Amino acid sequence: MSLVQISNVKKTRMPLDQLGQTDEFRGWSDGLPVAGGDELDSNSRRDILKIMAAGAGLAGMVSCRRPVQNIVSFAKGVEDLIPGKPLYYNTVFNLGGVGQGLRIESNDGRPTKAEGNPVHPTSKGAANVYAQGSLLSLYDPDRCSFVMKDGSASNWEAFSTFAKTHFGTLGDGAGLAFITERNAGDTFRATVAAAKKKWPKALWLHWESLNSDNAVLGAQLATGAMGEMVASYDKANVVLSLDCDFLGADATTVLPTKQFSKKRRVMNAGDEMNRLYVVEGTYTLTGGMADNRLRLKPSEVAGFAADILKLVQETGEAKVEGEGRKKFAAAVVKDLKKNAGKSVVCAGPRQAPIVHALALAINQALGNIGATVTLQAPLNEPQVDALKALGTALAGGQISTLVVLGTNPAYTMPSDLNFADGAKKVKTLIHLGMEHDETATLAQWCLPQAHFLEAWGDARSSDGTASIQQPLIAPLYGGKTPTEVLAELAGLPVARSYDLVKSQWTATASGDKEKFWKKILHDGMIEGTAFAPLKAAVDVKKVAAMPVPSASSGNEIVFQQAVGVYDGRFANNAWLVELPDPLTKVVWDNCVTMSKKTADSLKAGMGYIAEPGDMVTLTVGGATIDAAVVVMPGQADGVLGISLGYGREKVGRVGKGAGFNAYKLRSSATMGYAGGVSVAKAAKNYMLVRTQDDEEGDRQHDRPIVRETTLEEFAKEPKFAQEVEGPQLDSLFPDWAYDKGNQWGMTIDLNTCTGCNACLVACFAENNIPMVGKKFVAMGREMHWIRLDRYYVGDEDEAQIAVQPLNCQQCENAPCESVCPVAATVHSPEGLNDMAYNRCVGTRYCMNNCPYKVRKFNYLNWNKGKTEIESLGSNPDVTVRMRGIMEKCTYCTQRIVEGKINAKTDPAGRRAVREGDIVTACQQTCPSDSIQFGNINDPNSMVSKLKATSRNYALLAELNVRPRTTYLAKLRNPNPELTAEKKPAAAR
Amino acid sequence: MANQVLSNSDLDAISPRMVLDKGIRRTGYKEVTEDVVSIVEVKTPMAWWIAFGISFLIMSMLFGMLGYQVMTGVGVWGNNSPIGWAWDITNFVFWIGIGHAGTLISAILFLFRQKWRTSINRAAEAMTLFAVACAGIYPVFHVGRVWRAYWLFPIPNTDLNMWQNFRSPLLWDVFAISTYGTVSLLFWYVGLIPDLATVRDRATGFRAKIYGFFALGWRGSAVHWNNYEMAYMLLAGLSTPLVLSVHTIVSFDFAVSVLPGWHTTIFPPYFVAGAVFSGFAMVMTLLVVFRKCFDLEHLITIKHFENMNKIMLTTGTIVGYAYGTEFFIAWYSGNPYERFAFINRATGPYWWAYWTMISCNVISPQFFWFKKLRTNIPFMFVISIFINIGMWFERFVIIVTSLHRDFLPSSWGYFRPTYVDICTFIGTFGLFMTLFLLFVRFIPMIAISEVKGVLAADKHRNLPEEVEAQMADRRDEIMKVRA
Repeated sequence: MSLVQISNVKKTRMPLDQLGQTDEFRGWSDGLPVAGGDELDSNSRRDILKIMAAGAGLAGMVSCRRPVQNIVSFAKGVEDLIPGKPLYYNTVFNLGGVGQGLRIESNDGRPTKAEGNPVHPTSKGAANVYAQGSLLSLYDPDRCSFVMKDGSASNWEAFSTFAKTHFGTLGDGAGLAFITERNAGDTFRATVAAAKKKWPKALWLHWESLNSDNAVLGAQLATGAMGEMVASYDKANVVLSLDCDFLGADATTVLPTKQFSKKRRVMNAGDEMNRLYVVEGTYTLTGGMADNRLRLKPSEVAGFAADILKLVQETGEAKVEGEGRKKFAAAVVKDLKKNAGKSVVCAGPRQAPIVHALALAINQALGNIGATVTLQAPLNEPQVDALKALGTALAGGQISTLVVLGTNPAYTMPSDLNFADGAKKVKTLIHLGMEHDETATLAQWCLPQAHFLEAWGDARSSDGTASIQQPLIAPLYGGKTPTEVLAELAGLPVARSYDLVKSQWTATASGDKEKFWKKILHDGMIEGTAFAPLKAAVDVKKVAAMPVPSASSGNEIVFQQAVGVYDGRFANNAWLVELPDPLTKVVWDNCVTMSKKTADSLKAGMGYIAEPGDMVTLTVGGATIDAAVVVMPGQADGVLGISLGYGREKVGRVGKGAGFNAYKLRSSATMGYAGGVSVAKAAKNYMLVRTQDDEEGDRQHDRPIVRETTLEEFAKEPKFAQEVEGPQLDSLFPDWAYDKGNQWGMTIDLNTCTGCNACLVACFAENNIPMVGKKFVAMGREMHWIRLDRYYVGDEDEAQIAVQPLNCQQCENAPCESVCPVAATVHSPEGLNDMAYNRCVGTRYCMNNCPYKVRKFNYLNWNKGKTEIESLGSNPDVTVRMRGIMEKCTYCTQRIVEGKINAKTDPAGRRAVREGDIVTACQQTCPSDSIQFGNINDPNSMVSKLKATSRNYALLAELNVRPRTTYLAKLRNPNPELTAEKKPAAAR
Repeated sequence: MANQVLSNSDLDAISPRMVLDKGIRRTGYKEVTEDVVSIVEVKTPMAWWIAFGISFLIMSMLFGMLGYQVMTGVGVWGNNSPIGWAWDITNFVFWIGIGHAGTLISAILFLFRQKWRTSINRAAEAMTLFAVACAGIYPVFHVGRVWRAYWLFPIPNTDLNMWQNFRSPLLWDVFAISTYGTVSLLFWYVGLIPDLATVRDRATGFRAKIYGFFALGWRGSAVHWNNYEMAYMLLAGLSTPLVLSVHTIVSFDFAVSVLPGWHTTIFPPYFVAGAVFSGFAMVMTLLVVFRKCFDLEHLITIKHFENMNKIMLTTGTIVGYAYGTEFFIAWYSGNPYERFAFINRATGPYWWAYWTMISCNVISPQFFWFKKLRTNIPFMFVISIFINIGMWFERFVIIVTSLHRDFLPSSWGYFRPTYVDICTFIGTFGLFMTLFLLFVRFIPMIAISEVKGVLAADKHRNLPEEVEAQMADRRDEIMKVRA
């Protein structure tokens, strides 16, 4: 791809390109510390900023070309680059050792959006928040941008020279240790194997602070062989989750949600629906979807699982009696038995191996294994022993050379290992990372890591399917991958990641190797690489006889995975930091969640409307942190929840000062949850910022907002959701006929929506949504075009959760349109409520008159101070809005236009837009397929069919605004034996 | 002249002559001219300079704040989502409301032949103009792109290439306010012409030229008077519907929306009554001070104040009734959103604003039922300040408490003003006072010719002997002036 061609494409990129040719620029860039080193005496912030600015300038040039190595496949698109047309490549994103198949949109050589790979078996076209958000990390101006030696600038050549001499003298590897991120990809494994062969005595730790080691060890307990349980939720009528957030954080979200939602799609009265029982301490997204939920402390779950196993093994008709937990167990077992072979019992990664073993045993006893549940070889081996060994060696000062590849142990390691102290005893610490993080500050050599969109690699997904990770852009900061660095350290003959990956996969291929290589790149997956079911039997008797740890009596704290920042690696990613936690709605911080009773007993209260709330001091085994309180109805009393990944000390400008570091409380024995927590109200206050932060804003106040009933009631009263609406009001003026062409509409199924936030991140990327920062979210100025409203339903203790995605409803009688004095928001002939940014003067009258409050105003120039490099990630099809104008969801109007142009210019002849030609960003990525968009003029479109169902209702229809987005009412399917005495929690 | 004890008939509102306080100073033609015109002729008093200096500084702060806001964005204010309008529109409606008293006094009371208005109409009209000027700042500067605010005017415009949206109440606002501002200015100016001529006649040099220019060659001939009276009458007729229409249309900004708490049909009369209420309160606040400072207690008398207090009592009671009706309808309509909005006003997070409004607007004017209180100047001054505060809070309550909690609880929010909000608002008082001080310094603050007209009208009445005698004494003088 020649430079000239690209320049023609993107005129705005030209000046930089030309700038790069000038003598002036050359002179300046040659003098950069990257080349010399004199300028950079220390890694003070000032210098770092200088370097970053330089890096940003250089990176702008880098973006003018596509990577040198051969990206060959167009997964979807045209033969060659057509100006203004994006290209799509399939690749894979490895997070915590599990790959997620992605399709990346690339505009003029710049990746701009991460979407799920539709042909990938575990993605099916959807992507979770991390996979989508990781795109922004590529353009993070705070990334490590050059090699650093002892705090001063160096380069890769210098490092290679050093590595050759240093690693050549290590002999059998005694005193050498590696801590790497997890990667189940074959290339990485092969490289590690080669390195292990070279240094047989080296210590290895594949470290992820959030992992599923307990599940693997649980399978080992139950079967004798290491394995992982894989459930097919689309085959299960009854699901029992034992503290397992399989719809949220405890899985890659996408596939389980896809499967689960299939069983929850109810078109007509009388349709079947699955039933979900959740046993958990804190509230999770899965708990929010529960039909029946039991609040238990995490330490009580093991005992509960044992009870279930016992009851399952009993023969004869089960009796549902007693109270609380006992009754719940009896009812669950009765239901499970009724659905033997058609149910799933799953256990969460926070729970000890025994709980996983019990879950497997229950599945075995019910005959689920082989039907709804399979066992497969683990993607990643448990590292419990490796962690112990490394901890001892570190503490004993036995490690002289420590290589940390792509992970941040100084921040994420269990606190009892005292990594930072141990690392100080290490003579040579080499760190490869995307950020100059906590570990990098301890290291002698800091190496910049390549982003996954910059480098070659491979990964395996949760079912074992392997995919090639292909880059879309040359490394912006000259980074390398862990595999590359490891190969170089081990002195492997081939150290280029492209060659490593290609040779790994083509070596065993039969037939035309080049063709095979091109095919697997194109597909983004390698067929036939999924793991076969493990041939191991669960020994139910053995598991039933195992001792079950007894529950602890005191307070317990649960360490949760943050829905935004994951384990802390995305702490500098504005999209994921300003992503509201789906349940607490907190942005920019984490918090301690607790039930009202617990909070009252501590006399701690939360702050509303951006007022400071109370903090509590948490003490676990000597470690203490202070954190701000959020009251979470429905949480078990005495259970505290806190997300990991916040409170980073060495982090870029975004993550600075965000939240509280819960890792300090987490030891290697209490990775999931810790008992014996002493908690007391602290004297300090802290302002938490929530996007739904009114004191009364968590409840629906008897308004028909999220309309909800039980499956049983629905069968009797199929039109319950429409009943609250009055008759349609007549107008003096005739309606627009929409008698030709298209008329757009959307439905959102509240019954399948889990509230996972994926649609928000998809919208951020697609529509160039600016992030505004904590201060301005506190003022209520977040710019999210789609938000997820979360309401508590029912009484405080047993509150259920109702989630409602809310974007612009594109009203037919739009209240915003009639009040705009300059006609900046007008109706399109296809029914859309268009926003003409150029015409908007910013009176904000439309926002005031919008009953849904989905219009967002650019109070300030949110793009001010955006670096050149950050701008690279913008979608060129969508205007970046200036200050002083209003904006809102457009139903992805750029995609509508693209779809119409494609239909018009179809090589087969001009045609009408067909179903599926146009998908909105939120719809595309929704793992539960809750969002449907299409032409409501076409009676056969999915959206028309859904709008015709009896669950369909319009929010605030009583205002006669006639929204085009309608909702399908929520249903719950509670066990009648558990809810008989209570009316279902509010029909509305 | 010996002090006279005022009798009840002296305080008869219909009898214009009696309104003037004969007990203290003479109120002959000469005295009126002398007392009023000398204010603009004497050397500028130090106190004026001090007051002007302070006002000017505060006004400069206003322009500083507006400059900062234009350069940075509306985000320097505390507005947010859902509260798209807050202090900006509150202050706009507040000032527009104040601007109602002037035209009401000049036009409506003129048409109703309420001649006691003559002493206060000039100052009230000036106040109207300056209040409209203050109000006008907000619709312009509250928009996100101030440099495009002219797009709201239906003028040929290559940027828009189309008409404005005539369905939008904001566009009606543009017409209503610009019309009101223009007519008020004309009305005020037409009324000023004979007085400007009076000043011209007494002045020399450059001063005489300036006043002469603005006096438009007034010579006081019968034709002049005839044309003048006709023009004044016509403008009064034109202004009268405007008094009602401006605030009606301002109220449409809210009433036309779908928002509970805004979407009510009671708004037009309720807003007009409130505007008159607040306008009179502001006139009262100003005149209590200025009559004292400029020694005009014989021209602006306790009788004027009492009449104004009666109007405030009336309009205040209407406003209180409107508050009650709103609540009743919120309950009676059975609309749950409406009901919530009103309960939320009284008991929600902004309860303090609501109860400030109720105490200031409904309770405080009720003291004027008592004659003793409505003729007590310090007391009425305090009450007028309360009413000013209360009417500001009324607009705040309507705008902010309706917006902050509307239909979907998830979108509810809270507004807090920033220092820019506060300084901008204080700054508008600086602008107002600066303009008012310039007015009292350069323009006769009492309509001399009209007051004299009242004197002349009384001539044919049964006057006390001494007064008749006085008038006879000074006939020559009077005739000279009239010529």
